[in-house]
Amino acid sequence: MAMAEKDFVLSVEGLTVSFDGFKAVNDLSFYVEEGEIRVIIGPNGAGKTTVLDLICGRTQATEGSIKFRGKELTKMKEHSIVHAGVGRKFQNPSIYEDLTVFENLELSYPKGWTVFGALAFKRDEHVIQEVESIAKTIFLDEFLDKPAGLLSHGQKQWLEIGMLLIQKPDLLMLDEPVAGMSVAERKKTAELLNRITEGRSVIVIEHDMQFVEDIAHRVTVLHQGKVLSEGSMDRVKNDPNVVEVYLGH
Amino acid sequence: MSVLRREAFMPRPDMIGFMILAVIIFAILPMALDVFRLNLVGKYLTYAFVALGLVLCWGCGGILSLGQGVFFGLGGYCMAMFLKLESSTPEATKIQSTPGIPDFMDWNQLTELPWWWEPFYDFPFTLLAIILVPMIFAFIISVAMFKRRVGGVYFAIITQAIAAILTILIIGQQGYTGGVNGITDLRTLMGWDIRTDEAKTILYFVNGILLFACLLLAQFVRKNKVGRILVAMRDQEDRVRFSGYDVSNFKIFVFCLAAGISAIGGAMFTLQVGFMSPSFVGIVPSIEMVIFCAVGGRLSLLGAVYGSLLVNTAKTTFSESFPELWLFAMGALFIGVVLAFPNGLAGLFQKHIAPRLPTWYTGEKTVSQDISEEPSGTPPVSESVDKDEIVDQSDVVEEKTAPVAAIKSQNSRPVEA
Repeated sequence: MAMAEKDFVLSVEGLTVSFDGFKAVNDLSFYVEEGEIRVIIGPNGAGKTTVLDLICGRTQATEGSIKFRGKELTKMKEHSIVHAGVGRKFQNPSIYEDLTVFENLELSYPKGWTVFGALAFKRDEHVIQEVESIAKTIFLDEFLDKPAGLLSHGQKQWLEIGMLLIQKPDLLMLDEPVAGMSVAERKKTAELLNRITEGRSVIVIEHDMQFVEDIAHRVTVLHQGKVLSEGSMDRVKNDPNVVEVYLGH
Repeated sequence: MSVLRREAFMPRPDMIGFMILAVIIFAILPMALDVFRLNLVGKYLTYAFVALGLVLCWGCGGILSLGQGVFFGLGGYCMAMFLKLESSTPEATKIQSTPGIPDFMDWNQLTELPWWWEPFYDFPFTLLAIILVPMIFAFIISVAMFKRRVGGVYFAIITQAIAAILTILIIGQQGYTGGVNGITDLRTLMGWDIRTDEAKTILYFVNGILLFACLLLAQFVRKNKVGRILVAMRDQEDRVRFSGYDVSNFKIFVFCLAAGISAIGGAMFTLQVGFMSPSFVGIVPSIEMVIFCAVGGRLSLLGAVYGSLLVNTAKTTFSESFPELWLFAMGALFIGVVLAFPNGLAGLFQKHIAPRLPTWYTGEKTVSQDISEEPSGTPPVSESVDKDEIVDQSDVVEEKTAPVAAIKSQNSRPVEA
């Protein structure tokens, strides 16, 4: 890579993680540009989710470096990585079922992160407006007072995306955002993603090829913890290696 | 809509509940009971402090501690040390070989007061120590555990082990702690005889006032953002972490808060009962305290108070007539509560009684109508969710009364139709 490092939001270099000798991610390098939607695809066990875990600090890297806007993330705590501007959505919608949709979004509002900050936190007009506007974006403005546990699966996915949006992250990582959604919901989600990615970079893991074609700027194909192919969707689709290990099935 | 959005410290149902409890504690019980029984109730209410701490810690935050007796005991011992020193004047103890030190020290051949007893001559220091000693201890335990992400059942086991260790330590160090008998024969507080009927009545009221202060503090925490983070943490710890919160700090906070509240209960126990012993520190009392909390409803602050009152009343009544059966009854009660009504008495109230109360109770008449007229775009999930589950959740979501009212109206709709 000849480009200067500062052009990338995220540069992952030589990333390796080994679980008892098994290298789930093996000497992986990739770079995400400002404003880019990058989709990571690959067969089961290719290490896709592990890569996200490594970036957001859930798993410690054995070797290599992850630089986000020039900041090394591999030694940082999860919450500091969030404060630096990285947001992550989990594969299964993880929302707070016992709280209302409003409270779910409010808790994700980036203020009052410490214990005493939270004790002093006041739900002011600004917070309310922010929550209401995000709720509109994620099609949930009608449900603000409902316990989140009562939402449908697709709505829970949207809610979690909304919880990330309200954090205003510079880098958004989504793990299978349309899994388990109906066709109509998928379309709406693709629309939503295209809208919210303005001004931020996004990494998406997805299996649904139609959805990937709809949103991806570039695609990275992982196989056995390594990059198998990278580039535009068209290029990747026609790469014989990719066809063999993944798309052909 | 913006009315709903406001954070309510004391929504109307909570307000009514607090007032009813205040009437019971400050008017009905003192009028109905003689001093002996009132003193017993006062003793039961000291356990309510612990149960209250458990509601925050276990009910809201999902951190089950089986060692709350430790903090209750530490608070109680701090108070007992002060009272013991006060009653061990050289004149009162002149038959001892070393006058002026507590009697049990003399029996154990100690000839001078240990240095760490000295500060307990001072009343303001004692008051601070009652709260700070248990909180600092809780802080050390919780930092060691939560920063290493030890949680759930492992945390429960460790707290239980700590309760056992502390009991053994107190019993083993007889000369310093009074051993298995504890610190007994406490008579006066700053020259005021705490054994008279009048003193017992006054202490009962002081205890009640402190309990309400703690209830209000707990209510503040619950209705605050911290309370919502605790509930969120219980459901999805990782999500909270990846929303930018250092989860361990919130756990440490709530555990220390619960410890401080329990300690106040312990100190009031010593004052009202007149002694403190290791039998209120160990594993069995700690688990009993969890049972008080579970019976009352681990999600309900007021439930914790009623749970402590009822289980202890039952304990006294039962053990007066069938002493050997009580422990079995207690065990059966706990199993019964966990299996049949996991949200305790408060859960039963929310499910069966609250929906039948008139609308002045919730104070939100129009909202339930609003939501029952919801557009047909509502997802079908609300029907597929088990009704019981909805009601159970209402306990937690009672944050704002509106959703609860909405849920209740959904639940009762088939009945009305």
